[in-house]
Amino acid sequence: MDTVILQHVSKSYEKDVPPALQDVSFSVKKGELFGLIGPDGAGKSTIFRILTTLLLSDKGTATVAGYDVVKNYHEIRSCVGYMPGKFSLYQDLTIEENLHFFATLFGTTVEANYALIKDIYEQIAPFKNRRAGKLSGGMKQKLALCCALVHRPEVLFLDEPTTGVDAVSRKEFWEMLQRLKQEGITIVVSTPYMDEASLCERIALIQTGQILSIDTPANIIKAYPGKLYALTAQKVYLLLKDTRQYAGIAQCYAAGDSLHLSFKDEAKDHPASLLSWLESKGHKGVSIEEITPDIEDCFIAKTSIHE
Amino acid sequence: MRTLRLLLEKEFRQIFRDKGILPIIFVMPMIQLLIMPLAADFDVKNINLVVVDRDHSTYTQQMVTKIASSGYFHIKGYYTDYAPALHEIEREKADIILEIPAHFETDLVRENKAEVYLAADAINGTKAGLGSAYLNTILGDFNNEIRMKWLPAKATAAGTIDVTSSNWFNPNVNYRIYMVPGILVLLVTMVGGFISALNIVKEKEIGTIEQINVTPIKKWQFIIGKMVPFWVIGMVDFTLGLLLARFVYGIIPLGSLLLLYGFLSIYLVALLGFGLLISTYSNNQLQAMFVAFFFIMIFMLMSGLFVSVDNMPAWAKMIAQLTPVTHFIDVVRMIVLKGSRFEDIKMQFLYEIAFAIVLNGWAIWNYRKTA
Repeated sequence: MDTVILQHVSKSYEKDVPPALQDVSFSVKKGELFGLIGPDGAGKSTIFRILTTLLLSDKGTATVAGYDVVKNYHEIRSCVGYMPGKFSLYQDLTIEENLHFFATLFGTTVEANYALIKDIYEQIAPFKNRRAGKLSGGMKQKLALCCALVHRPEVLFLDEPTTGVDAVSRKEFWEMLQRLKQEGITIVVSTPYMDEASLCERIALIQTGQILSIDTPANIIKAYPGKLYALTAQKVYLLLKDTRQYAGIAQCYAAGDSLHLSFKDEAKDHPASLLSWLESKGHKGVSIEEITPDIEDCFIAKTSIHE
Repeated sequence: MRTLRLLLEKEFRQIFRDKGILPIIFVMPMIQLLIMPLAADFDVKNINLVVVDRDHSTYTQQMVTKIASSGYFHIKGYYTDYAPALHEIEREKADIILEIPAHFETDLVRENKAEVYLAADAINGTKAGLGSAYLNTILGDFNNEIRMKWLPAKATAAGTIDVTSSNWFNPNVNYRIYMVPGILVLLVTMVGGFISALNIVKEKEIGTIEQINVTPIKKWQFIIGKMVPFWVIGMVDFTLGLLLARFVYGIIPLGSLLLLYGFLSIYLVALLGFGLLISTYSNNQLQAMFVAFFFIMIFMLMSGLFVSVDNMPAWAKMIAQLTPVTHFIDVVRMIVLKGSRFEDIKMQFLYEIAFAIVLNGWAIWNYRKTA
């Protein structure tokens, strides 16, 4: 049986505004590293809050580790670890005190599960007498992870753990998650960064409270409809404006220092005709090549179909 | 039990680590207790009097001298016309005008009867009322003196009633003895009310309550963990205040300390329940602060500390009865100044227990609903 199961979950906070979640269903296998990928406001945090028993859904059912989030919320609280998007440990307590506090609340001790958090804790241990409020972003995040792990949870929920963290710390953080996965902990992580999606085993793309697709990152890329091209020229901004004028373009958007685009009808329109059209517009140094899409491209393709 | 001990440990650690809150809890109430009773004196002295004398006779001279020597009045001006005297009141230089009409002496001698006119600035009601009353008494005295001179034989026959009163429990009607216990209650109320109203909201605001809510901790453990530290602080604050009253104002409780603390312990539970209730309805510290301030303001003004509850209209009396502070001020004054025993304050005990149950029950019910 899957560790986390959501079935037709809907939630709206206020009337007259689009619901935060609309008929969301997915499941996470035991020991899986599952990613919720979507922009801000997609409903990721709402899913976490329902799964961690902080929020009741309007419709649908959800179970975590075999327990119903409504009926058996007390059992769930003992066996999940939750790291909210916003740092919410006691800023006026030290690293050591925070860790000890949460260990005791879960009815365990830091020593009992030290092996699990050892790798992470050792990185912040030199500052263990420093108050949490005085820590850097990366250290706060490591402390929060330690506190979420201190009772060796079966499932770990991480709500945007890497938002606002520098690139090096982000990389380290994902390495830590891989190690935790090997310990057999099921991990559900959300992120607005598409480049982190490929580090998950399976991902769910979410947009405005709806799931666009659920699959492995590789399969999602494989399922990309049609071909994707990268276009470069000297003046990229003008190029974007002009290319969007071209009738046969399905989508065209900036990605890094080039433009990614796809055609509505491959048979009718092809790169060569676009190239000559652009040169007639006076663009210099235009080049186009077919590329393999990444998750971001897939996401954009999905959202446009959706709209 | 281990969880509860940990929560208490954490709470105390946070309080003692907060360099801003410690002086607010322990030092500020003491400073207020040193300042407020000395300043808040309801005895009206220094009433500024303007005399409009249209008679200029021996009697008027005697009368004014008598008024001036009473100690309550400052003679601020001496005019022969009303207009400049009124001008003094307009300029806030005078509080009361005493107008003595022309032929005052002649009327008094010939017709055995004369009139004077009093005009008081009623912007400051207490001063105007009490000032006029004092002045009336002095004038009555003066009147008696004159009658004695004229009719020495008849004076005893006239048979005036002489009232002698003695003030029990506060023989010198020392205002401080009456105020200090009341202000002490107020300070404990402010510290206890605000600190408990703000604390849980703070956890909401910072988000720590979310992190607590995903742990298996029970709601009652969390609430007890919050209440006990503030209860202890309230006890300590009250004790400090009582010591201050003892050594600075010389007020030694006449009644049983055990009874006083017994009542205090129940009062604090009710008060913390009130703070808790506010914090369950507020989303941030600012909101909680304003709501708590609003209610504590009402508590203060309606509690009988400044204005006697017995003088209030019926509806206001109702409100006063419905605030826990009123009963506690009552009881503290009774036990400290009068030495009242349990039988005397039974009703207040029941009231306070009811407050404790209702406020806490409501707070816990509302807290459960939200999470």
